[in-house]
This record gives sequence, C-alpha cells and structure tokens, in this order.
Amino acid sequence: MSRFFVLSLNGLTQGAIYAAMALALVMIWRATQVINFAQGAMAMFTTYLALFAIDHGVPYWLAFLVALSSGLILGAIVERVIVRPVESAPPLNVVILTLGLLLFLEALAPMLFGGQIRSFPPAFSIVGLHFGNSQVAFSPFDAFTLGSVLAVMVLLLVLFQKTDLGLRMRAAAFNPDVSRLLGIRVGRMLTLGWSLASLVGALAGVLIAPSLLLYPTFMDQVLVFGFTGAVLGGLDSAVGAVVGGLLMGFALSYVGGYLGSDLETVGALVILIAVLMVRPRGLFSRHRLRQA
Amino acid sequence: MVAVHSRLDRLASRTLGGHLLLALGAAVLLLLLSTQIGAYDNYNLTAVAIFAVAAAGLNLLTGLNGQLSLGHGALMAIGAYTASLLLKDHELPVVLVLLLSVLSTGLIGIVFGYAAARLRGPYLAGATLTLAVALPQVATRYKSIFGGESGLTVPPTTPPAWLGPDFPPERWLAWIAVAAAVVTFVLLANLLRSSAGRAFRAVRDNEAAAALAGIDVARTQVLAFVISAACAGLAGALFAYWSGVTAPAGFGVTLSLQLVTAIVIGGLGSLAGAVWGSLVLVFVPSLTSGMASTLNVPSAIANNLPLAIYGGILVIAMLVAPHGIQGTLTRILTIGRARWGHTPAGGQKGVVDWDDPASDP
Amino acid sequence: MKSLMDGSASRIRGIAIVCAAGLLAACGNPSSSNNTSGTNTASAPGITATTITIGSTQPLTGPAAPGYSEIAPASNAYFQYLNAHGGIFGRKITYQYLDDGYNPTNTASQTRKLILETKVFAMFSSLGTPTHLAVVDYINSEKVPDLFVSSGCNCWNDVSKYPNTFGWQPDYTIEGKILGQYITQSLSGKKVGYFYQNDEFGLDGVKGLDAQLGASSIASRQNYVPTNTNVGPQIAALQASGAQVVVSFTIPAFTALALLTAAKLGYHPIWVVSNVGSDITTLTGLLKAFSKGAAGGQLLGGMVTDAYLPLVGDSSNPWITLFKGIHDQYISTLPWDEAFKAAGRNPTRSSFVKSLESTKLSNGPALAPFGYSSSNHLGVLGVQVATIGADGTETTTGPVYTSSDSGPISQYGGSASSPPANGIP
Repeated sequence: MSRFFVLSLNGLTQGAIYAAMALALVMIWRATQVINFAQGAMAMFTTYLALFAIDHGVPYWLAFLVALSSGLILGAIVERVIVRPVESAPPLNVVILTLGLLLFLEALAPMLFGGQIRSFPPAFSIVGLHFGNSQVAFSPFDAFTLGSVLAVMVLLLVLFQKTDLGLRMRAAAFNPDVSRLLGIRVGRMLTLGWSLASLVGALAGVLIAPSLLLYPTFMDQVLVFGFTGAVLGGLDSAVGAVVGGLLMGFALSYVGGYLGSDLETVGALVILIAVLMVRPRGLFSRHRLRQA
Repeated sequence: MVAVHSRLDRLASRTLGGHLLLALGAAVLLLLLSTQIGAYDNYNLTAVAIFAVAAAGLNLLTGLNGQLSLGHGALMAIGAYTASLLLKDHELPVVLVLLLSVLSTGLIGIVFGYAAARLRGPYLAGATLTLAVALPQVATRYKSIFGGESGLTVPPTTPPAWLGPDFPPERWLAWIAVAAAVVTFVLLANLLRSSAGRAFRAVRDNEAAAALAGIDVARTQVLAFVISAACAGLAGALFAYWSGVTAPAGFGVTLSLQLVTAIVIGGLGSLAGAVWGSLVLVFVPSLTSGMASTLNVPSAIANNLPLAIYGGILVIAMLVAPHGIQGTLTRILTIGRARWGHTPAGGQKGVVDWDDPASDP
Repeated sequence: MKSLMDGSASRIRGIAIVCAAGLLAACGNPSSSNNTSGTNTASAPGITATTITIGSTQPLTGPAAPGYSEIAPASNAYFQYLNAHGGIFGRKITYQYLDDGYNPTNTASQTRKLILETKVFAMFSSLGTPTHLAVVDYINSEKVPDLFVSSGCNCWNDVSKYPNTFGWQPDYTIEGKILGQYITQSLSGKKVGYFYQNDEFGLDGVKGLDAQLGASSIASRQNYVPTNTNVGPQIAALQASGAQVVVSFTIPAFTALALLTAAKLGYHPIWVVSNVGSDITTLTGLLKAFSKGAAGGQLLGGMVTDAYLPLVGDSSNPWITLFKGIHDQYISTLPWDEAFKAAGRNPTRSSFVKSLESTKLSNGPALAPFGYSSSNHLGVLGVQVATIGADGTETTTGPVYTSSDSGPISQYGGSASSPPANGIP
C-alpha cells in the first residue's frame, strides 16, 4: 500500500469524525445563530451515559439509543434553562455561557463516572478490510461512521430545504420578531434546533469514542477541528460541514504524514486562512459577502 | 454597549489631563497597596495588571470594534517568546524588553489584522481559534529556538539597588506591571476619545454607514487589531517575567478563552470592565483551589469541584449580569441618579445601548 | 456507583503504593546523629509544634487528569493513616495539593501560592516534566526542599543547580537502556522502530535506547504530540518500515491509541512499552471493550514493559498486602512521611535536605535502591523487565538491573526489603 493511499484513508476516517462534529455545529448555527462551545462536552456526557448503560449490561444498540435520546433531552434542557434567558443579550454572552457549561460538564463527568480513560465499544470491527491479500486502513466501523455522517447530512438537507418545519426553524433563527408575527412558535423552534443539534452531537460522540477513547476532555480537539471544518465549508451549509470536515481530515493527515505530526495544527491554520481569504464565508456559503 | 464605559468615565475625565491625573492617582494607590501586602498578594496583583492589559486590548478589538478574537492567547505568546528569547543570552533592561515585545507582536498583528479584516463573526472566531491552537505548536516543532514543550525559562527581574537589598522581587514586578498597565490604560483611554476611537465604534455599529461617512473600514479594523495585538504583546512579555517560564502549554486555547471571558464578565467595551474581568480571572479560581485537598469527600468529587464551581459561576454570571460587572454598576448608578434627580431619568433608553459587536444578520 | 469506580480502584491502589513508598523510603534509620528527644518547636516554615505542612502541584483536571488525578489523594490517604497512628514525632501532616491542569503557567502560580502563602515546609511529589521544570528554579531559589518529583526526567538530578530537588522514579534514560538491553538479548535480529512523545519524556527514553541498540540500526522513529490524537500516519510509517519490535515511550492513552491503530492496519509488532505507558488498568479496560473480536483478537498479549515497584497483582508481596490494607481503610483521604524521622525532631529545611543526602535509605517497596547522596539526586536506580499476558496479567522476568545515565548496566544483587509493622516507619 503506498504511503499516499494509507494517509488518504486515515484522512477520510479522521475527516468523518470532524464532519460529524461540524454537522452538529452547523445545525445549531442554522437553528439559533449560536456557536455552541459546549457541543463537544455535551456529546462527551451523553457518551458517558451510554457507557454507563453498557457497564450495566444494556446491549450496545440500546445504549446507542440512550446516547441519542439523552442528547435530545440535554439539548432541550440547555436551551430552555440556560440559553433562553439570555436570548436578548449580546451574542458573546451565549459564547461565555457555553464555555461555562463546557467547564461544568467536564468537571461533572469525572465526579459521576470517574476520571479514568475508558474505552468505548465500536458497533462493528475496527480491523481494516481485506482486499485480496492486502489489508487497508479502513474498517467496517469506519464505513459505519462515514455512512452515518452522510445520512445525517442528507436528513438535515431534507429537513431544512424540503420541509415546512425546517423552513420555520430557519425563519425563527433569522428573524424571530417577524416569525412571531407570522405565527411561528419561535421558542419551540429554538428548543427543537438545540435538541436536534445535540442529538447529532451525541451521535458524533458514540462514533468518535471507540477510536479516541473516552475521557472528560476527549472531545476538545474534535470540537476545534470540527469548528474549523464547519467554518471552512460555510456555517450555513450541511454539505459544507461534511466537505469541510473531510478536507480537514485529509489535510491534517497529509501534513502529519509528510511534514510531521507536530505541524498538523499549523497546516490546519494555513489551509483555513488560505480558503477564507478567497471565500470569507466558507466554501459552500451561498450568501453574498456583506463586506463594504 | 458603546456607552457602558462612557458614563463613569465621563464623570472623571474629559481630557488628557484628566486621564493623567486619574492614572497618577491609581498608580500611587496601587504602589502604596503593594507595600502593605504580602509577597503572594503582590504576585496576584501583578497577574491582575497583566490580564488587565491583555483584556483591555481585546476589549478594544471585540467590544469597541466588533471583531471577535478567540486567539489573543497566541498573540500573548508572541510577546512572551520575544521577551524570553531576548533574555536568553542577554541581560536587558525591562523597559527595552517590554517595548521590543510590543513592537514584534504589533508587527505580526499587522499581518493577522489584514486577514482578520476580511472575516466576520464566527468566521473570524474560527480563524483566530485555529491560530490559538496552531501557534504554540510552532514552539514544539522548533525546539532548538523555543525550547519545545518545556519552553524557555525567564530569569526574574531583580529590584534595582537603590530600593535596598531586602526589597521583595514580587513587589518590584508588581510595580513594573502596574506601571505598564497604567500607561496602557491612559493611552487607550485617549485613543478612544480621539477620532480613531469614534471610527472604531462607527465601523462596529454599521460598516456601510461608516464607509459612507468616509471611514476606511478595512484600515480601521487593521488598526484596531494592531493596537490590540500590541497590548497582548506587552501582557505576554510581563507574563513571561511573572510565570518565570514561557512554554506552549501556557498559551493554549484556554488562555484565549479566559481573556474573552474576562471582557464579557467584566463588561464589554469598557476599560474598567477589563479590570473587573481580570480580578475575576485571578481571584475566583484561587478561592476554590484549596478545596481538592481539604474537603472530606471522594477524590473524584473534590478534585473537580473547583472547576465545576468556576463553570457554574460563568453560567450564573451571564444569567444575572448579562452586561457584565461594569454594565451592572453603570445601570445601578443610572437608576440611582434618576431616583435622586441628578439627571433627567425617564426614557433614557439610549444611555445604555447594548448593541452587539459580533452580530451579523 | 460502586461499579463505576471499579475501573479505577486497582489503579488508585497502585498509585498509593508509589506515594506511600516515597514516604517510607525516605525514613531510613532514625538513629543517625540527629536529636530525636526534646520538645517540638516551630523549627522551620511549615512546621509547628503539632503540624507539618507540605505542598504539591498535580493535574487534578484537564487532559492529564485521567490516570494521574488520583495520585495525590492516594498519598493523602497514607498521610491520614500515619496521622491516625501518631504522626511524625507527634506532628500531624497536612498535605496541600493544588490543581495545575498540567499547565506550566498554573504550576508556577500554584507553587508560589504554596510557598508564599501556605508556607509549606517542602514540596512533595509534584507531577509532570514540563510543569515542574517551570518551577524548579524558583523552588530552589527559595531553598524549599523539593522531594520525589513524579517524573522520570533526568533534569532533577543536578545537585549544583538544584541542591534541594530530589528525583523519584527511575529516569527515562536508565529505563531506555535497560529496555534496550532486553531487546538485544531477547529479541535480537528483529527490526526495531520507536514511537515516542516529543518532549523530555520520549527523548530521554530514546537516548537510553540508542545507547544500547545503536542509533543507526533503527528502522523508523516516529513521535507524537499529546495534543494530537491522530496517530495513524506514524503507525502506518512504522508498519511500512517493517519494524518487528516497536518501543513505545508513550503516556497510557497514546499506548492505547497506538494499539488500536495498529490493529486497524493489521500490524502486529512486539510492543515494548515504558513503565509510564503500560498502565495496566487503562490497557485492560481497552481489552474489555474490544474483547468481542472487534479488534481482531487480543491486543495486549506479548507486550513487554518494566517495573520499579512490585506489581499490583502480586499478592505475595508484603508491601502490596500492606498498601491494599491501608487503602481499603482510607479510601478517600491519604498519606506522608519520614525523611523526617531521619532528620530529627526539629528539622530545618537545610538539615532536612542534608539528612536525605547522608542517610542510607532502605529500598522501601522499590525493586532497586535509591541514588540519593550529596552528589546524586536520582531516585530509584533501576527496573525489572516484565511481560504482559493476553489476559492483562503482568509477570516480571529476569533480574533487576540498575544503571546511571552514562554508566554501564549492572545486575542488582540486593534483596527486597520488607515493610515495618503496620507500615509505620
């Protein structure tokens, strides 16, 4: 197997991980125009809940559902209890709020579940597939991850572009006052947006945990690269999130493989800046540049 | 939040002279204070002054010019590494080290400033966040220059001989940091009163209108970024003296996010808010840090309790004081004055106009 | 709740041994020239007639917390045990450990808090190489004893520059040399590759390995930075180089990540993992989640590592029995010490350091002797190679070897010491 091929596959699997997180961030951005820095920590928490279930004898797929449904609920709680009261405050307040939530959850998780590194079982084998007599760096579980991410992307596309509900969610996010006049239950739409985003985040958690191991800060790096991917692709676009996340994965893998793993983040910075200088609102953004 | 700063500040000072007088008073008070407190309190006073410098610079950029930077920790790293490299082989006067650090960070700030001027809202946030993650890695990569993970050690500044042989080094460093902070605040306060300051706000409030009024939007944004970077560079150099070591792990995303926290908790867009925020950054964690070893609860809980409390405080602070400490004080003052009839009160909605810097509809 | 904690319980116990060992080890023979009679006085900062206060910085939260956050609480449990049995010359030990989140800047400010505000007598068992490097100059300039740094960097053994600092675990270069010797003896003829953390930890280890294996014979050298969890490119490069043995100077999480990535690539070298990276609880935890064949067979079997303390699973070792007993009794709070007894009833900071340099210490639970003298502040001088079976059990193999950074490797002939009654020195 040539080095380039191995690095490409590695980039694809890592990229799928970043894409999953990027999708969750895009989801919440589209629904509420907020960057949720606690997205990773919330996913960490729901993944711990799933592991807690598995430790108590719950079958894998049921635990999978535990993660997803607790994500749904956690998102709604966070929106209702914490985000809603600062709706009218400057948007930076929500950023600080989500940072506070991030720290709180990263402290709460080890209190409840212990702070040690845990491994999280994968849905399918993590051993690379065989083609002929060579083994490639792409496992059934990687295929499952990539497939799930693509499926979520399509579902989000359909939701936002094709359904009435999606249209109402977008309207509520962009102009709450006008939406209220039009009879849209804005509050409900915002809660739903957080719930769905948190669900996507929870999915990302159980997809990522088997290969990165589970500990309270395990999503920090994923959040940063997921955010970078989302920005790269354009925060308004689900397709952009996936493409941006995958691009991030490939870029980091090539930089790490050819130039050294300590240059990966510098590579990410260079690529991101280069793309944003040409397209300041990301690759897939369809909005006109507001610049003077 | 344009006006967050204005009320209180306006009371005290309208002119350069007023600023200088106020600054002189503050400096004398702080120097007196530093002679009355112990070494560790002086060490904390230094930290407050350092964070206040960095937060004031960030507040200028984010609060007044509307550019959100999640990468100011990386700019502090540039200042800190400049100072550490200068001090590696030479004994240089503190003032020279600080000035050169300001210069180097300001120059690099020009490059970043041009890139930042093209970006808005979350895109700028994403780019600067990546900067915060990436820049420390450069130090790891080029070990022979920057000392790798363990970084560069910085020799402490020794108090000059005329202060006597027993003068505590912590107090000397506090004097340096306080002096640097006071100078920075005087310069920034005057800048904000100047046409440049008005241009910053105009660009934040409405780019198109500012452009129509003849303001070069991009140049204004670059200028704000460079000034802000220079402040971060100064803070970084002081930080190097303060911590005694310049290592990549000290300048991670956490530091950048702490600075943003400081300006929001303190009060967005006001210089006083930067001071409040720095006080919170330095003193709130130290209130709880002893808990881990003294509470008689399982270690998994005791170890993490301070962090949980800190996170909780951030959330609660945003819920009860959405306009930060300075905003809340201003509001109390406004209400008080209205009640006692010093100013015409009713319908003064415009006094505290909390417009948002990063909004990008 | 119980089952949640199970995973960490055995690890905590393992760590408790390390820390408690620190205390006991330094106790030596109390009879030396010092005055042990008389009444207690406030003989030094941090010492009163009734208490001794010591401090430490630890990664209680943040990225290094998994695996390391329980060390200080475990030490504290031992101190509680000691206090409950009369303390040291009637003084109770107060152990103040502060969180630095493994961030050197925090270490700098927390250490000043301990020295300037809490006024500790000594620093004890502060954890981490980059973190402690940030404060070692300061601690020495304040002339505060700096005992048993929890890091194998050989930076601590510099008596002229850091007269108050004492190392604890075998330094990574010594460890690398002894692992290198094992490879030349037992795995000869195989191609060797390295996977190491790109800081003093990994680089010191590589220095020792190269001294034994010859730098030119290494098939591939791959490193990682702990902030980047994607190790795919490095493991693929090791596989492509044809390395049949991979020596790994990694922290436990990265040992696990390397094993998983190798499994994915169908790459099955013999792993030789440094003591730090072979934490058995983390690794067997891995084994559990991937036991149903998801990783294509077992991951751990055949792994080689080394130990400088008795293995936690070795119930025949009297030290293990002792510490299990203490730990079960003092689950949430814990321990310190006894270099004090050697230093006499009313030590000062400098008499304490002198006493540590001049007293011939017993090994305590450590497998090899300590290096402390007036010219040497190395901790434990050697290790014993161990192998890990498919079920995660560790077995030591061959004799204990000792060495120094530049000297030859020699076989340690001494016998293990046994613990004092009750574990009270």
